[in-house]
Amino acid sequence: MNELHPSVSHLREDRLPHIWCPGCGIGTTVNTFSRALEDAGYNEKNICIVSGIGCTGRTAGYVNFDSFHTTHGRPIPFATGLKLANPDMKVVVYSGDGDLFAIGGNHFIHAARRNMDMTVICINNFIYAMTSGQAGPTTPLTATATTAPYGCYEPSFNLPYLADSCGAVYVARWTAYHVSQLVKSMGEALKKKGFSFIEILSPCPTYYERRNKLGEALDRMSFYRKNSVIRNGADTRETDIEYQKPIVLGKFVDREKPSYIEMMHQQMQATLKDRYVAWKGPNG
Amino acid sequence: MSNEISSPPKARKKPRGKVHVRETWCKGCGFCVEFCPTKVLAMSSGFNAKGYHIPSVRDPEKCNGCNLCGMLCPDFSIWSTKEEE
Amino acid sequence: MRNVVSGFLDMVDEGRRVTADPKGVLTGAHFIDGDHACCEGALAAGCRFIAGYPITPSTEIVERFAWRIPTVGGVFIQMEDEIASSIAIYGAAWAGLKAMTVTSGPGFSLMMEHIGYGVMTETPSVFVNVQRGGPSTGLPTLPGQADIMQARWGSHGDYAIIALSPNSPQECFDMTIDAFNLAELYRVPVMFMMDECVGHMVEKVVIPSADKISVVPRRFTDARPGTYQPYEANGTLVPPMARVGDGHRFHITGLTHDERGYPSPNPKTQDKLIRRLMEKISKNASKIYSFEEKETDGADVVVLSYGITSRVAAMAIRNAKKRGVKVGSLRLKVIWPFPQERIRELAGCAKAFVVPELNMGQISLEVERCAAGKARTISVPHAGGTVHEPEAIEQAILEAAR
Repeated sequence: MNELHPSVSHLREDRLPHIWCPGCGIGTTVNTFSRALEDAGYNEKNICIVSGIGCTGRTAGYVNFDSFHTTHGRPIPFATGLKLANPDMKVVVYSGDGDLFAIGGNHFIHAARRNMDMTVICINNFIYAMTSGQAGPTTPLTATATTAPYGCYEPSFNLPYLADSCGAVYVARWTAYHVSQLVKSMGEALKKKGFSFIEILSPCPTYYERRNKLGEALDRMSFYRKNSVIRNGADTRETDIEYQKPIVLGKFVDREKPSYIEMMHQQMQATLKDRYVAWKGPNG
Repeated sequence: MSNEISSPPKARKKPRGKVHVRETWCKGCGFCVEFCPTKVLAMSSGFNAKGYHIPSVRDPEKCNGCNLCGMLCPDFSIWSTKEEE
Repeated sequence: MRNVVSGFLDMVDEGRRVTADPKGVLTGAHFIDGDHACCEGALAAGCRFIAGYPITPSTEIVERFAWRIPTVGGVFIQMEDEIASSIAIYGAAWAGLKAMTVTSGPGFSLMMEHIGYGVMTETPSVFVNVQRGGPSTGLPTLPGQADIMQARWGSHGDYAIIALSPNSPQECFDMTIDAFNLAELYRVPVMFMMDECVGHMVEKVVIPSADKISVVPRRFTDARPGTYQPYEANGTLVPPMARVGDGHRFHITGLTHDERGYPSPNPKTQDKLIRRLMEKISKNASKIYSFEEKETDGADVVVLSYGITSRVAAMAIRNAKKRGVKVGSLRLKVIWPFPQERIRELAGCAKAFVVPELNMGQISLEVERCAAGKARTISVPHAGGTVHEPEAIEQAILEAAR
């Protein structure tokens, strides 16, 4: 009788219902993430989640794995330390657009450059939602926000392009509507060696849509359904997002490159030969 | 109690999928109702304890157990399971 | 000499000490500077992860670690900045490793948020600050001791911290091990406050064999997976640690949290948590204090100093004694928590404290506070860039004795 949604097995039931607003897409992405990691064979012994600060940053608190709610902008370097210390753990960074690309921008580009083995999931709602709706680096031109009350006049980031140019080996963009693609894409990213990145556009009905008079969350989800163009393999130079224009979705980059840890071992081995003591993790 | 789960009423032929609704956590976003491919659901006029309208199963025999509702739901409040034919 | 490198460890939990892993111990007599000795101390203590960023005069510590760790077994990564370094070490710590980062003044300022995060999440770690002239870019290649108050109060919010101050390359080795041990005992970031002089001076450093070095291993929980509560101290004030991958499914957050680690944003939880974090240090302070007292019995003047300044002060004290002054010394090895009880006692007997520091008066404020007017406190400030002239300290001693 007391049946629960299948995803709840991966969540901290004692902390539900979560604090995300009605219609917020973050919960949907956590749903698909739960499916994806189940399919990919991850469990509490081999995966951990690291979040920053913000609405999406609260994800770490709801997933039932070793999880870390770190400081604003810094889940990626935390995840770097975790991964290097225990290379057997799969490390997933689950955070928002402001956290990862404003204050955290530097860390993103370096982790991508290093091809550090981690999956970064960015929920992009075009706004700083937790602090009540300020503009961020992904807020589209002309959209309004509390710190851009007359309309944003900063060009916004093209996140797949950024990730691609920094060296990420897997780059995809979906929306919270595209749940089937999300499950598949998250699964691919989780199994991918190296730095994988998924941008997920999501409604923020309380701030972004409300301030810009774009309707309710359902309207936003319908917008994503109707105005998305799926172009797998598209050139990331052309995946810019313009305010209320059609959006390019898809898996844009999926390439093979040695990961940071592989390169470290390779270089050390070549130079030190027998003297190299490769770090395998705390269990030896 | 039985309020937690809404079971499909007796139908002439067995549904291929079964919808489960857990109304406690539902925040009435409407994703499930809008995007169900076979239009099984409708927003009820009733409220849950928090005051949100929750989905109700309008045409249970149309459910094929695709679980799109379950994947879309941001609040882990609705899902479908495949039923034996 | 006692059979432990760090003397005050005798006071703490005997049952938890083990000897060092020989893989990290470079036994022998070395002629190296404080920076290099600090690195060796970290390795001897069992540090197997450093994330750092180059900054004068600390860089040699990480350079040596980058050179040494691939043949010992562990990881070094030069991160993109100090902010990244100071949190990467926490990731490694929660994977089960002893971890350290290294910096100087400007980097120390950048790390402040994460020092607070480490206190709040109770992550054992060591932060080395090889102090230089400040503020701002200041004097990158010259000594200072002006970050001492910052070590105590630099991050926002209420918290307690442990800070050590070595005065020789030998102590840079010995006391880095102490720093790691304290971090494990109290599940707290420990500030290792060197200065450019001590960091760059070359002296003999004797590294004993591994079996003569006591290290405190991490106390991991023995809770069944699913029952571990990362912040349940069970009355001991210090909860046991866990690490990822053991199935504990723990949650760690910088938000005010309850014993489960779940955010609990209310005044009641805040009061309980903050008090425990502070009492963790204050109630154990007598076990943490470490200072070297010489001839304070019956002294009219007590010279209180730390780090490189203590070595200059030693000369000033000798000269003052030749002039007939009854002067003793108290050299701080652990600066925070500050040994307030001892200072209060001494204030009842001595006429005055003389506090020379390579700053404009920081620990002198603590001395004055604790002396509470019972003895004078004479600060001998110095803006930094070089060490005091012994005569300046001697003059202050003579003045104090009047």
